[in-house]
Amino acid sequence: MPAATHTPTVYEGGFSDPVGSSQAVFRALMDAMARPGSVQDLPVVTAPPAPLTASASALLATLADADTPVWLDPTLMKTTEVKDWIVFHTGAEITPHQSEAAFALVASPGGLAALNGFSLGTQEFPDRSTTLILQVSSLTDGAALTLEGPGIKGQASLAPDPMPPHFEAQWQANRAAFPRGVDLVFAGPDCVAAMPRSTRLVREGA
Amino acid sequence: MNALTQDTSSQNLASYNFAYLDEQTKRMIRRAILKGIAIPGYQVPFASREMPMPYGWGTGGVQVTAAIIGRDDVLKVIDQGADDTTNAVSIRAFFAKTAGVVTTTATPDATIIQTRHRIPETPLTEGQVLVYQVPIPEPLRFLEPRETETRKMHALEEYGLMHVKLYEDIARNGHIATTYAYPVKVEGRYVMDPSPTPKFDNPKMHRSETLQLFGAGREKRIYAIPPHTEVVSLDFEDHPFEIQHFDQPCAMCGAEQVYLDEVVLDDKGGRMFVCSDTHYCESRRADGHCGALLGDEPGLGAEANTRKEAM
Amino acid sequence: MYVAVKGGEAAIANAHRLLAARRRGDANVPGLTLEQIAGQLSLAVDRVMGEGSLYDPELAALAIKQARGDLIEAVFLLRAYRTTLPRFGHSEPMDTGRMVVERRISAIYKDLPGGQLLGPTFDYTHRLLDPELAGDAPVDAPETGEDANERVVRVSDILGDEGLIEDDPLADASRPVADITRTPTEYPMDRDARLQTLARGDEGFLLALAYSTQRGYARSHPFVGEIRIGEVDVEVMIPELGFTVAIGRVKLTECQMVNQFQGSAKAPPQFTRGYGLVFGHAERKAMAMSLCDRALRASELGEDIVAPAQDEEFVLSHCDNVQATGFVEHLKLPHYVDFQAELDLVRRMRAEHFEAATKAADETAATDDTMEAAE
Repeated sequence: MPAATHTPTVYEGGFSDPVGSSQAVFRALMDAMARPGSVQDLPVVTAPPAPLTASASALLATLADADTPVWLDPTLMKTTEVKDWIVFHTGAEITPHQSEAAFALVASPGGLAALNGFSLGTQEFPDRSTTLILQVSSLTDGAALTLEGPGIKGQASLAPDPMPPHFEAQWQANRAAFPRGVDLVFAGPDCVAAMPRSTRLVREGA
Repeated sequence: MNALTQDTSSQNLASYNFAYLDEQTKRMIRRAILKGIAIPGYQVPFASREMPMPYGWGTGGVQVTAAIIGRDDVLKVIDQGADDTTNAVSIRAFFAKTAGVVTTTATPDATIIQTRHRIPETPLTEGQVLVYQVPIPEPLRFLEPRETETRKMHALEEYGLMHVKLYEDIARNGHIATTYAYPVKVEGRYVMDPSPTPKFDNPKMHRSETLQLFGAGREKRIYAIPPHTEVVSLDFEDHPFEIQHFDQPCAMCGAEQVYLDEVVLDDKGGRMFVCSDTHYCESRRADGHCGALLGDEPGLGAEANTRKEAM
Repeated sequence: MYVAVKGGEAAIANAHRLLAARRRGDANVPGLTLEQIAGQLSLAVDRVMGEGSLYDPELAALAIKQARGDLIEAVFLLRAYRTTLPRFGHSEPMDTGRMVVERRISAIYKDLPGGQLLGPTFDYTHRLLDPELAGDAPVDAPETGEDANERVVRVSDILGDEGLIEDDPLADASRPVADITRTPTEYPMDRDARLQTLARGDEGFLLALAYSTQRGYARSHPFVGEIRIGEVDVEVMIPELGFTVAIGRVKLTECQMVNQFQGSAKAPPQFTRGYGLVFGHAERKAMAMSLCDRALRASELGEDIVAPAQDEEFVLSHCDNVQATGFVEHLKLPHYVDFQAELDLVRRMRAEHFEAATKAADETAATDDTMEAAE
């Protein structure tokens, strides 16, 4: 079949080497999480339907399965192919409830008015929280955030774009709930960065 | 389900996944590792699997290593600081066989170091991950055996019991009588068990360049210390934390300020002290250092040994 | 000259060669076949399947052979294999009321529908060693009866029809059944997870705890309502077909213990249940399990927790013999680094002790001298 007439279906575009790819993606994410603000290269190992991006889909395929309900933002929910692709390639259930989600996939961070609707875990089990994967177009071109905390020697800088509105205030609130809270993963083009709940934002000029 | 008719002859090692664990198990462990990193010092419960080595022999560390290791990793395994202790040999052989990775005894060459009871003397770097085997991850367990109670204490940040215990030591013995598995506080929040490393190694955990992961298989817990994280050993103003000091250097390589093993030489009280970190000792000797025992015979240290096992 | 111990690899390889030779024993004696083990040591095989949580007599026999007859080691081998198996689904709840019973006894009724069926039991054998068995003398063919192909009603159902025994605690059907091999342990544990934990728990540990309840440590006035041993179909729902299909049969031992209960202001007096269900022919284990289950229901039934058998965390976190043996035996791994740390401290504390003692003695002596001088 000539490539031009080939229509990708939801059954395609998953890992061709599930063992190697998921390990490589995980190690990039683990390093990103362990060193907040650092930008880690991500191999292109998936080809999902738009508007799901390669990097966000690779992260999700690495982490999610039948044990982890996934929440999709309205932008992603518009497209059945995205839902079907995720269900087929990960086995995860799509949940309409933010508070039940182990992972939340956000294609339009600008539409994310609140982080606290997601699960923050409990004081006894703070790990039972949602991890948000935000699709961003860049990790360096947005408004610069100055970060401090575990994993950071002195200070680090990160400039994802786009970002949720009033992010600074939202993050302060998330930080205040520690050890409860959500963790953020920024899926950029072929790269990934993270802000675990332990990361503090330094106010510019402070 | 007549199992007697089932063909089991085809079940061999070839049917196991890369690094033994199936992908679903790895995903579950990877999720736990990420939570552990996000909440430094907090013990994340995970659905630990039965491993082909006994509980208490490193199943937690092995599961963590299996979940993070890739084909390009170089693995070092130590027990008591030594690469050639039997259980270290056994775990190294397990990964050489199931993951086909390159193994090494040279600390700087390793990308993943799995350890039991020691942190290498050679400072670790950003490109490395240190994986600890942990028997009892709960630092409060010997003060309160119930998980339901210790979980509450961590939730409420109620660590008075631990301070009382340490203070009772001082009252009774004049010292804090904890010499290994000495509790630490991570980033000012969670009290954490550093695994049964001698307290000599505690300062190495503080603001380490390296990501430190802890796996407790039988107790089903994973926890982590990210790099550059505050790790403070618990103490009192009038009894500050202090590490062990040895009166003499290593008899083999002359190293000072390192942790030494006491070796009994005879039944007449003869003793000598040598580095617990075998690779550190060997590489110093290879560099021409020599201790009292070796006299003028430098260069006896074996070359570090990096190899790829035949699959 | 001192040479650091080397050659761990060679030592391990040699140890394993020696182990293989010892396992085989005298080469002039024929090796055991798996059929012999599965067929003639079947209760050992059943125990290994039960505590190994894997129903496969041939693999259990292999594990016993490989473990030189060490059943806990065999359980461990089976568990380590089980953990690598893919999970295709789960069966429908098994109906032990439809068991094809080989043995079925009740201690609380003289006779009952379906009858008392002794089956292949050690009960009422005189425990006299049988020299005949040293050889391979032929045995008489067992007596067989007609299979009535009838459902043998469970004794607990007979009591239940009259309301004399509490209903089986209702499970929330919308909640997935626990799986202790896939989720981290959390206390308090629901009964499904607790029963799973007990079902793979060590027979000896549960037996001792069960015994303790009979001696007054959480006495529950137990009666054996029923023990039944036999085969039950395993059915799996095939979503594409919309109905269940039997995929095989497993042999099970079920014990329903009937225990006293006072009732409360809200509930009329009723007997309570303790439940045991184990793979294979494992009567002692099923009985011990049912007594432990009953003891562990203390808080649910509003009883005071006063005895070890009622202490959920204590019982459930220590009943797994694979965990227990691993951790106890890990003490033989090298611990010399930690021991060195302890040695250092003990030497220092002893030095301080003797120093203080000497100082005290000197002071006393000095005082004595002064007194002598004064005299």
